[in-house]
Amino acid sequence: MSTIADPQTQITDPAPARRGSRFWTKFRANRAALLGGVLVTFFVAVALLAPVLPLVDPTATDWLAVRKPPSPAHPFGTDEIGRDVLSRMGWGAQASLLAGVVSVAIAVLLGVPLGMLAGYLRGWTDAIISRMTEALLAAPFLILAIALAAFLGPSLSNAMIAIGLSAMPIFIRLARAQTLSVMTEDYVESARAIGLRDGALIWRYILPNIIPPILVQSTLTIATAIIAEASLSFLGLGQQPPAPSWGSMLNIAKNFLEQAPWMALYPGIAIFLVVLGFNLLGDGLRDALDPRDH
Amino acid sequence: MLAFLGRRCLIAIPTIILISIFVFGMQKLLPGDPVLAMAGEERDPEVIAYLREKYRLNDPIVVQYLHWIGNALRGDLGISLRTNQPVTELIGEKLPVTLQLAVMALIIAMVIGIPAGVLSAYRKGTWVDWVANTIALSGLSVPNFWLGIMMILLVSVKLGWLPASGYQPLSEDPLQSIKTMLMPAFVLGTAIAATLMRHTRSAMLGVLKSDYVRTARAKGLAEGVVLVKHALRNALVPIVTVTTLLFGELLAGAVLTEQIFTIPGFGKLVVDAVFNRDYAVVQGIVLCTGIAFIAMNILADAAYRVLNPRMTDL
Amino acid sequence: MTLKRHFGFALAFALSTTALQAADLRIGLQEDPDVLDPDQSRTFVGRIVYASLCDKLVDITPDLEIIPQLATGWQWSDDGLELTMTLREDASFHDGTPFDAAAVVANIERSKNLPESRRKSEVKSITGVEAVDDHTVKFTLGAPDATLIAQFADRSGMMLSPTATAAAGTDFGLNPICSGPFKFDERVQQDRIVLSKFDDYWNADAISFDTVTFLPIPDTTVRLANLRSGDLDMLERLAATDVASVSGDDALQMEQAVSLGYQGITVNVANGAGADNPLGQDARIRKALSLAIDRNIINQVVFEGAFAPGNQSFPPTSPWYNTDLPVPERDVDAAKALLAEAGYPDGIDIEIQVANNPVQMQLMQVVQAMASEAGINIELVAKEFATLLRDQSAGDYTASQIGWSGRVDPDGNIHQFVTSGGGINDGGYSNPQVDALLDSARTSTDLATRKANYDAARVILQEDLPLIYLYHVTWIWALDTDLSGFTAYPDGMIRLEGVTKG
Repeated sequence: MSTIADPQTQITDPAPARRGSRFWTKFRANRAALLGGVLVTFFVAVALLAPVLPLVDPTATDWLAVRKPPSPAHPFGTDEIGRDVLSRMGWGAQASLLAGVVSVAIAVLLGVPLGMLAGYLRGWTDAIISRMTEALLAAPFLILAIALAAFLGPSLSNAMIAIGLSAMPIFIRLARAQTLSVMTEDYVESARAIGLRDGALIWRYILPNIIPPILVQSTLTIATAIIAEASLSFLGLGQQPPAPSWGSMLNIAKNFLEQAPWMALYPGIAIFLVVLGFNLLGDGLRDALDPRDH
Repeated sequence: MLAFLGRRCLIAIPTIILISIFVFGMQKLLPGDPVLAMAGEERDPEVIAYLREKYRLNDPIVVQYLHWIGNALRGDLGISLRTNQPVTELIGEKLPVTLQLAVMALIIAMVIGIPAGVLSAYRKGTWVDWVANTIALSGLSVPNFWLGIMMILLVSVKLGWLPASGYQPLSEDPLQSIKTMLMPAFVLGTAIAATLMRHTRSAMLGVLKSDYVRTARAKGLAEGVVLVKHALRNALVPIVTVTTLLFGELLAGAVLTEQIFTIPGFGKLVVDAVFNRDYAVVQGIVLCTGIAFIAMNILADAAYRVLNPRMTDL
Repeated sequence: MTLKRHFGFALAFALSTTALQAADLRIGLQEDPDVLDPDQSRTFVGRIVYASLCDKLVDITPDLEIIPQLATGWQWSDDGLELTMTLREDASFHDGTPFDAAAVVANIERSKNLPESRRKSEVKSITGVEAVDDHTVKFTLGAPDATLIAQFADRSGMMLSPTATAAAGTDFGLNPICSGPFKFDERVQQDRIVLSKFDDYWNADAISFDTVTFLPIPDTTVRLANLRSGDLDMLERLAATDVASVSGDDALQMEQAVSLGYQGITVNVANGAGADNPLGQDARIRKALSLAIDRNIINQVVFEGAFAPGNQSFPPTSPWYNTDLPVPERDVDAAKALLAEAGYPDGIDIEIQVANNPVQMQLMQVVQAMASEAGINIELVAKEFATLLRDQSAGDYTASQIGWSGRVDPDGNIHQFVTSGGGINDGGYSNPQVDALLDSARTSTDLATRKANYDAARVILQEDLPLIYLYHVTWIWALDTDLSGFTAYPDGMIRLEGVTKG
C-alpha cells in the first residue's frame, strides 16, 4: 500500500467547471486508459458472471486428478486436491474485486469526512486528526494489516476491514489538503462573506472539488488493495478455503512450485492484469480530469 | 532551519505517544494467549500461572503500559518471549540486514527509475515514453510476493544462478552477501523503481517546459548538457523528497520480501513475532519503525526546504 | 607480478575455505528453534539442535530401546520407588566443569524447581535425588513411574553445566553449555545456529565435523532448492510431495522413519459449552465421521503415500499398537446408517477448527469433501495456531484438527489427553475405566501388563472416540549423497555420531 500520493493526484485547479464532455473526449483518446477499462470490465464481468459461466464447481475435488497440468478438460490444470484451477480463478475474481472495492469504500467513507473536517475546522480538530493520521502512517502497512487480521481472525471480510483501515490515512490527507486549498479560493471566501452556512458550503463548493481527486486515488488504491488482499491471503490471513481467492491459491501453490508451477502462474497473472487494469484506469482518469493540458 | 526542525520534532512527540499507545494496545487486540503458546505442548498450569505473573499480564493494562513505556525510555524493550533474547539486541541484530536489503533495493530502483523517467519525459509521447510507462505500471501492478516466488522458481530452482534464500553478513563475505541479496533487492526494488520513474517523469516534464531550460537551449548548449545539468538538477527537488519517503516504504515492503526469501531481518522478525504472539518483539519493532518513519518524514521535509528555499510553511 | 601474487592468494584462500567447508555440516531446519534451554524449551525443532549440543542420561535405539549415554547403567529397587544410576566418568561439560553425580542432582532439581521449567510434569514422580558417590546417583520416587527412564532420553535427561546454570539462571538459553559432541558458538535468530566440535567429548572419535550449522528455512521448496544448490548438506522434514523428485535425483538420498506422534481431530465432548452439540454428545456421529474418512486416500492425495494412515495414538508400526483394531476401511453407507440412527437421516452440519497452514488446510479440505458424501457437512474454521490453541484449551470449539509430536514412552501419547483432568485433555473426556487402565499402565514396569492395559483402554476409546486419529507423520530427511552413516530415528532427531562427508 503506497503511502505516497501519486504525482499529480492532487488536481490543482479547483474551479467548479463542467468537465463532462471534455473529460470523455480526453479519456477516449487515451488508449492506455481504455485498455485499463477493458481489463477491469472483463474481470468485473467474470466475477459477476461466475455463477452462470460454464465453469465446473470450484470446490469439487477429484482424487484421481490431483495437480494435473493444463489439459483440454482443465485448461489451467488442477490444484492440490484435484479442483479445477480455471474455475477457482473465475470465482476467485469475486474475492479479489470485492476486497479491492469494499476496503477502499471503507477507507473513503471514513477517511474523506475526517479529512474534510480537519481541513474545514482546522485548529485542534486538525491537529488531533493529523497526529492520528501520522501515527497510523508510521506503522508499516502490512504489519498493521497482519496484526488487525490476526486480531479479527483470518477471513476475507476481516482482511477487507484491515486493508480499509490501513488505507484510510491517504484519503484523510488528500481530503484535508484539497479542502484547505479550496478554502483559500476567492469564491469560497465571498460565499462565506454573504453568510452561506457550513453545510451548504461543504456541499456546494468543497465536495464537488474533492470528488475528482478522490475518484482517481480510489481507483489507484483499489489496485493496491487487491495486492494487499492477495498478500494477506498469501500469509493465510485472507479468504479461507475451500472458497477460492487468488492470494490463497498462491499461498498453497508456493508449496508445489516445482511439481505444479501452473498453480502459481495463473492466479499471479490474474492479479497482475486486474491491478494493471485499475492502475491504467486511474492514470487515465487523472489525465482526463486534469484541467492542465497535456 | 533549526527552528523548523525543532518545531517538527516537537509536533512529532504527540504522534510518537499515539504510536506507543497504539502499539501497546495491539497486545490486547491480538487474540491467542502468549503464555499458552510459550508453555509448550505440555501446557503445565503451574508454569502458565507463573509466567503470567512474571510478564505482568495480570496487571491492569494502564499499569502494564506505564511499566513498558518507562522501561522503553530507559532503552529496555523487554525480552523476546520465544527466545529470551533482549528485544533491543534483536533489533540491533536485524536492522543491518533490512537496511542492506533496503539500500540495495533503493539503488536498483534509482538506477532503473530515474533514467527511465528522464528519458520518457524527454521523449514524451513517443514509443520510448509508452514503453517506459508500461513497464513502470507493470512494476507497480505485479504482486511482489508472486514475483519473488516466480524468480525463485526460475533463477534458483530451474537455472541455479542465485541462492534461493538466506543471508550472509556483508562483513563476512561481501560478494556472497550481495549475491544472496540481489534477487530479493530486485523484487523489492521493482515497485519502488516504478514509483520513482513516474515521479521523475512528472518532475522533468514540468522543468523541461520552464524558461531556463528554454534559455539554455537557446544558448545552443548540447541536448545532453541541458537535460542533465539544467533540467535534471532542477527536477531533483521532488525526486529527492520522494526517495526519502520511499525509504520508509521500502522498510515496510521488506516484510513480505523477507518472508519469501527467508531473510532474517526486521520484517521476518515481526511477522513471526505476530504469529508467535511474541508481544515484546512486535511492540519494540513497530515502535522503532514508527519513529524511524517519522524521522524520515522530517528529513524529507528538511531536504525539500534546503533544495527549494521558496517553500513556505503550509 | 602483483596480479599473479593476488591470484595466488585468492587460490590459497579458495583452497583453505573449501578445506574448511569440508568439515562444516549445514542442516536445513523447518523452523527456528525457541530458547535453547532444555528446561525452558518447548519446540520439536529445538530438540534437533540439542541432539548435537546436549547429551542425555540415556538415549534410544531406532527401535526405541533405551541405551546408556551419560548413565552407564541403572537399577530399579523391587518396589519401583528407587532408581540408582551409575554415571560415565570420562564426560565433562563444554566449560570444563566435570560431569558427576552432583551435576545430575543440580540438573534434576533445576527441572523440578525452576519456576519457568517446562519439564515439571515429566519429572513429577521424583521426590528426591542424591549423589551416592561421585558417579552414582539415586532417585527416590513418590510412586512407581514406568515412564521416567524414557523421559531421561529426552529434554528432562539433558545435562546442563551446573556452573553455567548457576551463573546464567533463566538466561542460560542465550549461551547454552552442555556436554554433547558440539558446543555452542553463535546464534542469529531466524538465520542460523552454529555449533563447533567439543574436543574433549567422550566419544569425539565418532564425530567428523568441526562445525555444524543449523539454518531455519521454513519454505519447503526453498529448503530443497538450497540442498540442490549445495548450500545445505541435509535437511529435515522434506515435504512428502517432494519425495518423488528427490528419489529421482542422483545427487540426493533420502532416509525415513515413521514418527512417534499422530495427527487427528480432537472432539470437545465435555469441555464447557462448546461440547453442547450432537458431535460432542453422540459417539455415533463421531464414529460416522471416522467411517466417512478414507485414510489411505488422505495419505495418497495430501502426502503422496509417504505417511502412515492411523487410527490410534501409536502408529501401526509401534509395538504398542492394538492390532485387533486395524485402520478402518471407508464405509459411507455405515456412516449414513449411524447418522440416521442418531437422528440425522438428512445429514448434519458440524464445525471443525484447523490451523491455517497450507498442509493442515489441505488435509481438512479432503476430510471435508469425504465427509460431505456421507451427509456430514463440515464447516472449517481456520485459525492461527496461537488462537486455535487458546480456544481449544478454553473449550471454545466443537472439534479441532491437532496433533502431537510423540514421546518415546507410550504414556506420553495418551495419558494426559484422555484421563480425567489430564494436562492436555482439551476434549474434557472422562471415563473412570480408562483412567484406571492408563494409571496402572503408567506405574507397571512389566511390558506385557502395560500392553494389556493400553489395548483394553483402546477398545473403550474406539467406542467413545473423543479423538479421531488420522495419520502419523513420517520423518523424511534428504541428504547429499556425499554424506554417509546417517541413521533415521523415529523421534525425528539428527544424531551425528558416525556421520561422515565425502
